[in-house]
Amino acid sequence: MLRRSFLKSTALAAVATLALIPAAHAENAKLKIGFVGVTSGPAAAWGISNQRSMEARAAWLNELGGVQIGDTTYDVQIVAFDDQKDPKRAIAGMEKMAQDGVHYVVGPNVDDGAAAVRPVAEQKGIIYFPYAFPKTLYVAPASNAILGMVANYQSGPAIYKYLMENKGVKKVAFVAANESDPLSQRDSGIEAAKALGLEVVSDKVTYQVDTTDFTPVLLPVLQAQPDLLVLSGVSPANAPQLIRSARELGYEGLISTETAQDASVLAEGAGDLAEGFISVGGASTEELASDAMREFVERYTKMFGEYNDESNTKVYALEYIIETLKANPAAISDVEEFKKTIDTFEAPNPFMVGDAKLRYVGESSFGQKRQLSVPLVVNEYRGGKFETLFVAEVD
Amino acid sequence: MEQIIANGLYLGAQYALIALGLTLIFSLMNVLNFAHGQMYVLGGFVCYTVVAQLGMPFIVGLVASALVLAVLGGLIERFLFRPVIRRSKRDESTMLLAAGIAFFLDAVILLLFGEKQRGVPKVVNGVFNWDFRIIMPYDRILIGMLAIGLIVAFILFMQYSKAGRAMRALAQDRVAAQLMGVDVDRYSMIGFAMGAMLAGLVGALLVTITGVNLGMGGPTSIKAFLMIMIGGAGVISGAIAGGFILGMMESVGLSVLSSYGDVTYLVIFATLMIFLAIRPQGLMGKPWG
Repeated sequence: MLRRSFLKSTALAAVATLALIPAAHAENAKLKIGFVGVTSGPAAAWGISNQRSMEARAAWLNELGGVQIGDTTYDVQIVAFDDQKDPKRAIAGMEKMAQDGVHYVVGPNVDDGAAAVRPVAEQKGIIYFPYAFPKTLYVAPASNAILGMVANYQSGPAIYKYLMENKGVKKVAFVAANESDPLSQRDSGIEAAKALGLEVVSDKVTYQVDTTDFTPVLLPVLQAQPDLLVLSGVSPANAPQLIRSARELGYEGLISTETAQDASVLAEGAGDLAEGFISVGGASTEELASDAMREFVERYTKMFGEYNDESNTKVYALEYIIETLKANPAAISDVEEFKKTIDTFEAPNPFMVGDAKLRYVGESSFGQKRQLSVPLVVNEYRGGKFETLFVAEVD
Repeated sequence: MEQIIANGLYLGAQYALIALGLTLIFSLMNVLNFAHGQMYVLGGFVCYTVVAQLGMPFIVGLVASALVLAVLGGLIERFLFRPVIRRSKRDESTMLLAAGIAFFLDAVILLLFGEKQRGVPKVVNGVFNWDFRIIMPYDRILIGMLAIGLIVAFILFMQYSKAGRAMRALAQDRVAAQLMGVDVDRYSMIGFAMGAMLAGLVGALLVTITGVNLGMGGPTSIKAFLMIMIGGAGVISGAIAGGFILGMMESVGLSVLSSYGDVTYLVIFATLMIFLAIRPQGLMGKPWG
């Protein structure tokens, strides 16, 4: 008797569960947002921090019941594709996004990938958010790319000017990896430094990204005795080694970069030798981070075991996409509607304290609003973490 | 000039140690181990975990890396390469298997250790400065000396131990060695384990200097192949010579050619192409294999 009753109740529970599962799934529609970027190889940290930021934020929003766009509530679904830093793979990734009906894609992470996907994005009606700096991607007639961060030609002059005025920097040297992104960042950095009246004492030295000993690379650079050593476009993997080699060779001047870095990577790779290293970051420093930003860091850490400081900047792209779609629900399947909304869009910035706003910028650099307004936070590495040196805004 | 020579010797010592493992595996089994670089990376991550995560001394990290990679190498030989070599006479079968293992290890490393660059604290602090003619941090000197010590130990092992003699016999003539009673399977496994162990040891040594990240495997394998092409594939002395030559060429190139941009490896590759056209077997290799 008892056994029959147990079987009955088990069967009922199973039927109820089966009946409820489709109902739960049918509750919210899916909003697919793509990511095409590098999540393997030496530059994997750049793309993985992008993808994980999107996944952490999407999980959080879905846990809160989804996002309401117009009359429909959506669960956010991240569709990711590893382009392996290969432009051909980036094109394949963008094609896949088009086949999956994705209209908004974060990435690619590097210049050549971002340039390669442009025809596909424009032809298939995709708005994409590269972390690449070539102006041609954002200046008309280009219109589908929106720069996801602050470009080095925007942050560089601000950093050099600050260091000239506050630290008495007069002579600057540049060193870059022999790849398209760092080389183009070096060239625009040199241009900006010269425009400010700085003396560029070394600008030819480059290195392979797989270099295991930077001593011979840096020797000729440091012989020029610069006040400031700029590591143009340096990846988080190479930055600690370069800093360490420079300090071990007796260099006592300033070292800076215009790329985002991770404090724990610097601590492990360079330790105290990284003290005073200047880089660009997002809004996670104590004085700038809102409660939402702190919760994001907690959730990210819980999901993936360890936070990546690069996500301070990369948390923004998904937020902008969702908030812009909320402002104009017609854009959900029509990117032309999205473009119309860009000019007037404004929403509260949940990740920063105060009355900071999410809005599109870029008029002065690109002649049209094709850049996310991410806070330009210039950090200094001190005692194992970043401290805000100064904050600026980009138009 | 003194600095250039010192840099070249330091680079050469670590390169030679990387090349030794690769050439040992090639000489014993005729296998081009494309996963050698990934084994180097794994060794670095094991050392990082033991030293930075578990807070143990660096020497424990070194031993752990050597053991883990030796066991892994032995298992890879026993369960992957041995069956493939037995069933297929085609060289490309083992090459494809090695490439597959490289991709597999990349994925495992990403899952286990993440995407970030990792490093362990300096083993020794301070910088040796000889009147600004040679500037070399003490930890680099220590790692360079350890690398040279390991190379010497490896040569002595190969020269005077029973296992070393058996492996040299295998490398010279597999069939003759078998007829003389050498257990081919056993010594192939020991050889592969030693090759993997050497890769792991270099990874562990260098994690204190350069750190480690999951993208370092492929470029490391390419450099290791370059070295054994220079010295002669399958020849121990050739691998050592290849390592030191590449290290010296890199050091000289980076100093002398720095004003022309990053042309050092362009010059190295061009030189190697000309060299191989004249002497395809490398400096110490035999033309017949």
